[in-house]
Amino acid sequence: MEELRTALTVGFAAIFTNNILLVYFLGMCPFTSVSREVKTAMGLGFAVIFVMTCTSLLNWVAYHYVLVPLELEFFRFIMFIIVIAAFVQFVEMVIERFSPVLYANLGIFLPLITVNCAILGVSLFMVIRDYSFIVTIAYGFGSGIGWLLAILAMAGIRQRMNTANVPEGLQGPGITLIIAGLMALAFIGFTGVLS
Amino acid sequence: MTNGEQAKTTGGIMVQGLWYNNPVFRQILGICSTLAVTNVVMNTLVMCVSLTLVLTFSALTVSALRKVTPHSIRMMVQTLIIAFYVIIVDVILKGYWPEMSENLGPYVGLIITNCIIMGRCEGFARSNPIWPSIVDGFSNGVGYSMLLLVIATSRELLGMGSILGYPMPYFSTIWDKWTIMVMPPGAFFALACTIWLCRSFKPREEAK
Repeated sequence: MEELRTALTVGFAAIFTNNILLVYFLGMCPFTSVSREVKTAMGLGFAVIFVMTCTSLLNWVAYHYVLVPLELEFFRFIMFIIVIAAFVQFVEMVIERFSPVLYANLGIFLPLITVNCAILGVSLFMVIRDYSFIVTIAYGFGSGIGWLLAILAMAGIRQRMNTANVPEGLQGPGITLIIAGLMALAFIGFTGVLS
Repeated sequence: MTNGEQAKTTGGIMVQGLWYNNPVFRQILGICSTLAVTNVVMNTLVMCVSLTLVLTFSALTVSALRKVTPHSIRMMVQTLIIAFYVIIVDVILKGYWPEMSENLGPYVGLIITNCIIMGRCEGFARSNPIWPSIVDGFSNGVGYSMLLLVIATSRELLGMGSILGYPMPYFSTIWDKWTIMVMPPGAFFALACTIWLCRSFKPREEAK
């Protein structure tokens, strides 16, 4: 019971006050490059939620049942990256087999997720903060939702920004970062809702 | 003659990495760590040295192995090479400087997924001899470090009134500290302004 409560708190914190993107700056590359359109942002966001939840689970098991007994903790970087790459490859194969339509829509984004630092970041945070199995599920899922929220909001704002008159030099990444800064300010407003 | 010519091309590669093709403000790569570790100058220095080392040695190794690496699994090989050097850096940091290792948290490990390293290995080292690859990796690392240090100095100065932990005369007394600068939003604003400044210099240089 106590653990469930911790899991819920950690999950909600991961969405708002500890947003993986706006507070820990992970997954910035796709955030700046794939946030031009709401539809594609949404597709990538859902893929990230799925991969993030599953890989953090797999990595938890791999870390606690393989690396810790063997005392090979420093080996975790290679372990995690292999698990993530293998999982993404596997998901790609399954989707291609059973739903070619979804595969065509997601095809470009799935391999990109392998090098998304947010995915590896969640696994590393889970190790550093010593989360239990259930808390890890909540944390991976919450982080994914937080990432989706942030990229969706950004895509919506950028669609409106198309007609705005932005000074040269600030166009593109510059203005995106300023908007992200304002969004981070807004998310800081959630501090105090959850401790 | 060959010596002079090589020096010229070496210089050319360096200028590319340091300014015209700077990983941070031209290619917008690796900005995760740019934003995350720049609140205190000391953390930034350690991060810059780690990244430059990993980048230089990964470029060296990828370039040395370029003729024996099968084309189809080269991404996997590159990732493993990078991960190998990151583990070395991580173990050294943990052993000799545990507090710094704790300050940087997962960001040392995240050098593996830093797009700058993968980008340089894939875009340059894979198809070039060893020496130019080392130069390219090193100058890209220094180009990244330059920008990070500018951002870190301004953030620490405006946010806490100190540099490297030493209080600065004007900023620690009369200056009203902008706490927001050491918080996450400050990172976005500082990077955006730096990119703005650096990109605005471009037209003047081309006119010359």
